[in-house]
Amino acid sequence: MDERAALFELLLRLGDDCLILGHRVSEWCGHAPILEEDLAMPNMGLDLIGQARSLYAYAGEIEGKGRGEDDLAYLRSDREYRNLLLVERPNGDFAHTMLRQLYFAAFMEPYWREMAKSTDATLAGIAGKAVKEMAYHIRHAGEWVIRMGDGTEESARRMADAVEELTIYTDEMFQTDAVTDTLSAAGIAPDPSTLRAEWERTIDMVFTEAKLTLPKYQYPQIGGRAGLHGEEFGHLLSDLQYMQRTYPGMTW
Amino acid sequence: MYSQGLIGADSSTTESEEFLAAFQARIDREEKIEPNDPMPEGYRRTLVRQIGQHAHSEIVGMLPEGNWITRAPTLRRKAALLAKVQDEGGHGLYLYSAAETLGVSRDQMTEELLAGKAKYSSIFNYPTLTWADIGTIGWLVDGAAIMNQIPLCRCSFGPYARAMIRVCKEESFHQRQGYEIVMTLAKGTPEQKRMAQDSLDRWWWPSLMMFGPSDSDSVHSEQSMTWKIKRFSNDDLRQKFIDATVPQAEYLGLKVPDPDLRFNEETGHYEHGEIDWDEFWRVVKGGGKMNRDRIADRKKAWDDGAWVREAALAHAEKRRARQEATLEAAE
Amino acid sequence: MTQETPLWEVFIRPRNGLSHRHCGSVHAADEVLALQAARDVYTRRGEGLSIWVVRSDQITASDPQTKDETFEPTASKIYRHPTFYEIPDEVGNM
Repeated sequence: MDERAALFELLLRLGDDCLILGHRVSEWCGHAPILEEDLAMPNMGLDLIGQARSLYAYAGEIEGKGRGEDDLAYLRSDREYRNLLLVERPNGDFAHTMLRQLYFAAFMEPYWREMAKSTDATLAGIAGKAVKEMAYHIRHAGEWVIRMGDGTEESARRMADAVEELTIYTDEMFQTDAVTDTLSAAGIAPDPSTLRAEWERTIDMVFTEAKLTLPKYQYPQIGGRAGLHGEEFGHLLSDLQYMQRTYPGMTW
Repeated sequence: MYSQGLIGADSSTTESEEFLAAFQARIDREEKIEPNDPMPEGYRRTLVRQIGQHAHSEIVGMLPEGNWITRAPTLRRKAALLAKVQDEGGHGLYLYSAAETLGVSRDQMTEELLAGKAKYSSIFNYPTLTWADIGTIGWLVDGAAIMNQIPLCRCSFGPYARAMIRVCKEESFHQRQGYEIVMTLAKGTPEQKRMAQDSLDRWWWPSLMMFGPSDSDSVHSEQSMTWKIKRFSNDDLRQKFIDATVPQAEYLGLKVPDPDLRFNEETGHYEHGEIDWDEFWRVVKGGGKMNRDRIADRKKAWDDGAWVREAALAHAEKRRARQEATLEAAE
Repeated sequence: MTQETPLWEVFIRPRNGLSHRHCGSVHAADEVLALQAARDVYTRRGEGLSIWVVRSDQITASDPQTKDETFEPTASKIYRHPTFYEIPDEVGNM
């Protein structure tokens, strides 16, 4: 596969992951269970939106058609978004939201750490900043998963439900295809499949304390990378794109 | 951002004249009062009420702006708005902490808000209908808030003054981000300009009402001024706000929706038309469009979050027990 | 009402070379969450490099009732201050 095309595709995938998860986290703003979390969650959301902006800006540059961060973030159709199904999952309760954050950050932290060694200086730069942000997300979400997993009967049940529901979406993070193969061969981006062991170690550490177990499952859910999303995703886009679609071509 | 002038505090107090005179002398010397200092019960009660209302306003104030976070038109605007709404939460938190030094807990204050017993700024009982409202709120509502809050940095009660200093420092970007949004619309397409004007039309009068009832009708103002909880009267602050804001609207080519508004060359101040105080009291007393929804939203967040707070406390207790067991085993 | 989440006082070192200073408080169930909350609430604009949290109910404070006997006796010991001593200007800075 053409390296440049692969790089563009990868930047969209990563940018979409960050944007969509940032969008979901920001939906909590003003509705958190504790005021302190009403400050913590926007911090995570802002980290992710910041990463998305850098990734889209670079994607636009690589594509070379004059599209900027907002064109890429707002003006694509449903099937053109490349994010993981995990990050678009609705917030559910606080257990779901924190677990989703932990699953994603536990993957992205080692991913960005490897990416910081990329032969592509721009990507290495983005990664150097993002890796610290993801390390904090693991800690923050991890501590909450521990407290909910080993808290009250109700919280343990809710946490176990979240594990049951969300784990089937984690396989997609480690999947490889022509895009990842091309870029890992060129030393531009890490091969995601090599990060599974570390991800499992991180999750295992948290789950041991949280008295949770990673379930075995038969049918992993995939499709986001090919633009095959869940039904809720269209509604997320209706919100996200509302202004740009209703008032096309204006400056805000 | 800030609540309207204090609504409904009881500043009556029963201490001896000697005690009150000594306290007043400290205030007059511009000494700060700290939480453990002796203070008249009326002073304490007024502060608990005012700081509580102020904190609630910040927290409820997250909702109308939060309404647009997921729909912000660009990533730059989205990040700025999210950071701003987050700041409001922080300001609520600092203010609850300041009130807590007076012996009332955050949970108690929250319960009062959710039971509909505590007031918060009525401005947040108006809906945010268009993106322009996000700009207008930053420009007018935060602008009014700054007018109110800067004098509060010199409030006689130390914890409140310190919280306000932090709030004012952080809030300095809020009004600018709002004005920049409105300016972009005012310079934009005719449709965008209409959106900006419509928004100004809806928010202008409620913003003026943020300063509270007119001095002649403001029952608690005088005692608060004597105690230096408050430094300027409602009408003085309102006038300052109008004088600062009208030229900003003119710069944008927007029209302030007040046919009686005129500049008085002699006084150097703008004179404004009659404020609809019936409307003000209607919203204060619960009749605004969003009063019920705001409290319902806060109540839902609080009730839905109960199991999370309980889980964290239960886990803390388990950890403590485990640590003790380890210590005992080691002995 | 259920049990309340404890209150913690937050101290932040703005940069190396300065001591930690009290900057506010947070509610948190335990010390780990308190540190995270302090970070998320009080260091959003690069205000700090180090955070301490301590449970508010663990602080022992001087009694405001004894303020006079505790603090006033030092007011008269002016010989502890350099300006108490008269040194001619010609001697230079001392």
